[in-house]
Amino acid sequence: MQTQRTQQSKPLALAPPSLGLKVLFTALALLLPILLQVFGNAWVRIADFALLYVLLALGLNIVVGYAGLLDMGYVAFFAVGAYMYALLASPQLTNAFPWIAAMFPDGLHTPLYVAIPLSALFAGMFGLLLGAPTLKLRGDYLAVVTLGFGEIIRVFLNNLDRPINITNGPKGIGEIDPLTVMGFPLSRKLDLGFTEIPSVTLYYYLFIVLVGFSILICSRLEHSRIGRAWMAIREDEIAAKAMGINTRNLKLTAFGMGATFGGVSGAMFASFQGFVSPESFSLMESVMILGMIVLGGIGYLPGVVLGALLLAALPEVLRYVAGPLQELTGGRLDAAILRQLLIALAMVSVMLLRPRGLWPSPEHAEQDQISNDDQAEEAHA
Amino acid sequence: MLETHPSTVEINPPPALSVKGVCKSFGGLQALKDIDLNIAQGTIHGLIGPNGAGKTTFFNIISGLYAADAGEFRLLGKPYKPSQVHEVARAGIARTFQNIRLFKEMSVLENVMVARHVRTHSGLLGAIFRTPAFKREEHEIKLRAYALLDYVGIERFASLKAKTLSYGDQRRLEIARALATDPHLLALDEPAAGMNATEKVELKNLIEQIQRDGKTVLLIEHDVKLVMGLCKTITVLDYGTKIAQGSPSQVQKDPLVIKAYLGSSATPTTESSDQKS
Repeated sequence: MQTQRTQQSKPLALAPPSLGLKVLFTALALLLPILLQVFGNAWVRIADFALLYVLLALGLNIVVGYAGLLDMGYVAFFAVGAYMYALLASPQLTNAFPWIAAMFPDGLHTPLYVAIPLSALFAGMFGLLLGAPTLKLRGDYLAVVTLGFGEIIRVFLNNLDRPINITNGPKGIGEIDPLTVMGFPLSRKLDLGFTEIPSVTLYYYLFIVLVGFSILICSRLEHSRIGRAWMAIREDEIAAKAMGINTRNLKLTAFGMGATFGGVSGAMFASFQGFVSPESFSLMESVMILGMIVLGGIGYLPGVVLGALLLAALPEVLRYVAGPLQELTGGRLDAAILRQLLIALAMVSVMLLRPRGLWPSPEHAEQDQISNDDQAEEAHA
Repeated sequence: MLETHPSTVEINPPPALSVKGVCKSFGGLQALKDIDLNIAQGTIHGLIGPNGAGKTTFFNIISGLYAADAGEFRLLGKPYKPSQVHEVARAGIARTFQNIRLFKEMSVLENVMVARHVRTHSGLLGAIFRTPAFKREEHEIKLRAYALLDYVGIERFASLKAKTLSYGDQRRLEIARALATDPHLLALDEPAAGMNATEKVELKNLIEQIQRDGKTVLLIEHDVKLVMGLCKTITVLDYGTKIAQGSPSQVQKDPLVIKAYLGSSATPTTESSDQKS
């Protein structure tokens, strides 16, 4: 097996991350905010958002990468999670409904341990709600319907301030409680005596833990009975059915699972920002998240994470490149447009040079080693 | 590794597959008219017929891809309804496809592991928390998949992607995948299509091996030589009706079969008299 692997691996293909590389990445991820702080908290904030995008990309990867269901309205679940948390932990509901205010005289401050699971659950339910009517659709048709779904959610959020004010319409919901982990509100500096950890860095560590758990869950799902069935549906739905896979249930599971990730990510976003409005959940966001997983390497976790980090951080980095360029041209170039142009250029060239993504899944199965071990075990037994 | 069914010892075992009065029409075209078919357990049963005779339609009906207009279906004496494809696989019919339908981007091993889905149970939570039951099941799935790959002779390719296999090996993988669902009846749709002579001999040996190990095989095949050499019983379809059934030698002599394959004018007597007149 070993010789086969070396013979057939293509020169361009990246190997799956080895243990050493994983340790290195983890160390780097843990030290990153300390490095970034040197340049200012704004940079840590960019890293925070990049991590939220990694969460979203991981969730969408379950739907698009594993099960092969092209979902163009994924941001809807992000929105549902964000609004769910916003409603549960802000003065919005108590202001709008006197009876809720009467129930919670100190204001509605749902603790983290209740609000996050509820956001996840609610988003998951929306996932099933979207999944159920689209079970028979594939490819482009599914993309169109999911795109519509994403827009419907946004339009609803935009207009649900009348006749009963639930979402506060385009004005959005503010004063959302920051997350409080074990009594420490993440919105305040943590004083360790010798040094202070700013709020953005605290959020960074929370998000990195979440991303770590999400990667673990995704990779465990990938190498399981459910994950294999998802991939079988992606590869050939009829053959999957003929092998006894209940494609209806498994597609719904994929939608639900992906939406749950979106919901958790949304709740994090709401508490981190302290403010949500329908603007944050435009179609462009769905497209960006999809772009991340396609750019990185669809269906392959290291690729998805890489793609998300790049596309989330790139606009911010380019902001600093665009500035000087703008000065050079005497302000004739609009910074925002230039940024878009550079992103587009980067994406087009990446897709031309590496059509399967920056870090696509290797041609050989990763489990090779494990399965050999299994056989060895069996031989001993 | 494929367990033999002890039921062959019984005096009168129910047929592996028994269908009665199967009808199917597509718009105005009646693709199948009142087909009855019994497949005895542990045999290789051939289904032949000229192009457009309704073989693949019949195949798709028993495996649930098309809904029959009428008909009664029994598997090992137990009635089953081929209305949901995945339920048919659960009931115990596994099939291969005329145009190979592997999970191309998955590894050879994973292709077989997928097919264990229907006989295993672990769910989302088991997978996320890696429960002992999940690990045990996963281990069993993997061992079984390796054993099946070994059985069809492509174990050395286990870690390659399915699309990289040669044509003949892809056919073998499809058979291994079908066997992984623990079927009572293995239905092969033109398994020799596009194979060269050597591959055909190997395929023949494999199918015989499967039959010796106690499985019932339904074989649709264009290659008459292969069918005649393999099958105990052959059913011949033409224009959606069953025109003959019997042993290979009986079927070969059947005038209706000769007529269906060679056309009516091919019957020697009529041909010569036509030409003279």
